[in-house]
Amino acid sequence: MIELKFNIEGGDFDRAGTASSETKKVLKQLNIDPRVIKRTVVALYEGEVNIAAHAFRGEVIVSVSDHQIQAILKDEGPGIPDISQAMLEGFSTASSKVREMGFGAGMGLPNMKKNADQLQVESVPGSGTTVKMIFNF
Amino acid sequence: MIQSEFHHAIQIDEAKCVGCIHCMRVCPTEAIRIREGKAMIIQERCIDCGQCMRACPAKAFYIKQNDLKMLQDFKYRIALFPAVMIGQFPDKISEEQIYQAMISMGFTHLMEVEQPIKLLVDLTREYLQADQVTKPCISAFCPAVVRLIQIKYPSLVDNILPVKAPHDLAAHFILQTLLSQGVKKEEIGIFYITPCAAKIAAVKSPVGEQPSMVNGIISMSDFYNKVRQSIPREEIGDTSQQRQHLTREGILWSTSRGESSRFGNRAIAIDGIHSVVKFLDRLENDEVKGFDFLEMRACDQSCAGGILLTGNRFTTTERLEQRSKKYPTYQEHQLVSNINTKDLTNNLLIDEIKPHNVFRLDDDIAKAMEKMNKAQRIICFLPGIDCGACGAPNCQALAEDMVQGKAKMSDCVFLQQRWENEGKIGTGKAFLNLEKKWGEGRFNADCNKRGRRNEGF
Repeated sequence: MIELKFNIEGGDFDRAGTASSETKKVLKQLNIDPRVIKRTVVALYEGEVNIAAHAFRGEVIVSVSDHQIQAILKDEGPGIPDISQAMLEGFSTASSKVREMGFGAGMGLPNMKKNADQLQVESVPGSGTTVKMIFNF
Repeated sequence: MIQSEFHHAIQIDEAKCVGCIHCMRVCPTEAIRIREGKAMIIQERCIDCGQCMRACPAKAFYIKQNDLKMLQDFKYRIALFPAVMIGQFPDKISEEQIYQAMISMGFTHLMEVEQPIKLLVDLTREYLQADQVTKPCISAFCPAVVRLIQIKYPSLVDNILPVKAPHDLAAHFILQTLLSQGVKKEEIGIFYITPCAAKIAAVKSPVGEQPSMVNGIISMSDFYNKVRQSIPREEIGDTSQQRQHLTREGILWSTSRGESSRFGNRAIAIDGIHSVVKFLDRLENDEVKGFDFLEMRACDQSCAGGILLTGNRFTTTERLEQRSKKYPTYQEHQLVSNINTKDLTNNLLIDEIKPHNVFRLDDDIAKAMEKMNKAQRIICFLPGIDCGACGAPNCQALAEDMVQGKAKMSDCVFLQQRWENEGKIGTGKAFLNLEKKWGEGRFNADCNKRGRRNEGF
């Protein structure tokens, strides 16, 4: 079992991508199927950007076992009032500032769902969101 | 060590290697280690980009090449060379003079590789429009980039556009032309004048392909010197028939934006291996979206910055830009040839590019995890200075070497110092360890040591 832990600051788009890049390096060294690596890092990157775009701060914990990768992204932020709405492609609550930076197209959660084998979203409005993803190999 | 699947062009002259760490520092794939005071290349990691060669202050890196004497073995002697060869000469030497000099050296045919580029442009366009392509398409032009993707970005191999490079086109074109004139194959000798090490590796062992069509490889730096010596004082004769298929786009093909300016609605050109690495990292995360075509070249200023070029890369590019204006565009150019261009383009497709992950700690995932956990524990003891005095490029790489049984704790000079301080190891033994790593007598005072006398270190 390998565990990796990363902290993400809200608004820090410059550092968003660190967790996915570092995770990718480790997964390659573990000789995991490139297709699984691709799915994992794409979903993870979307999650990182979500935290940078919406939350105050967050934490990413990736654990790799002999048959799956589990990623937990936990943030302190405004939370998601209506999760089913957030899962729709194109739905976005991102600020115009975030959109100007090329993010916030409303593809974050849908893209995570597409790439992960399991996606679980729990949110308490006004407090924060926890996203759990599983990737099997 | 696992037997390398690739042919490698870059070699180290042990007699010249002074055992510094310049090469190890710049290697984009961490393929170099210092053992017993000499640099060594981990073959399966090397992509022949030539960064080490550029960084070496002792000129200890060299490439394997053939002797020009081989020319005597053939009746028809063809020099295949990229347009940057012409670009690197000073303005006062004319194109005509350069061509004449090459002919006086014994070649019968001169073939700038970027002709007839239209076939390559059409084939690439056709591919980009096909439905099943993985976008963005990455050009297969630079062999160092193709190998980098194979070993470090396995999930991106499907993005590589399976269309070969201009030198393949030119080799097929001249060969077919001569054969159609009734020349026998064994009478033809094709010599490739290479601007870099990666092209040699690609010509010698092409990606997923049949044996090479080239009979000899000549380093452009040596060739340049010989051509300079053979330049006629005045222009005599006319060699323009040797470049009747040359076009404006062809001349600029190997410079930056040479390809990207031709393809797709949205295309990017990236040059310099470290910039390429950063971009591929982002591409693999899906951070960059919406692009059709990526031109990626290992050298700064693309082939004008090739390691075997003598001329300055910026002036080379500028001369090519000026020169290109005198030639027709590829749309204006009429390809008059009696060979079947369909056969030619069929030869320009790459069969299959396979990923080849060389960074795995073990084939078995459970064992790889065990090794990774061990490496993470080792890291706790290393100083994180990344000094390179252990012979590995950084602390992380040393820890990984250790779990592979290729290095030991005492290789770290700081850790060894701590052990001495704690009385765990004797000073004599510690010093012997250092000498073993860097060579006997390495630490003796020496006023003639390389680097002392302004030798450009």
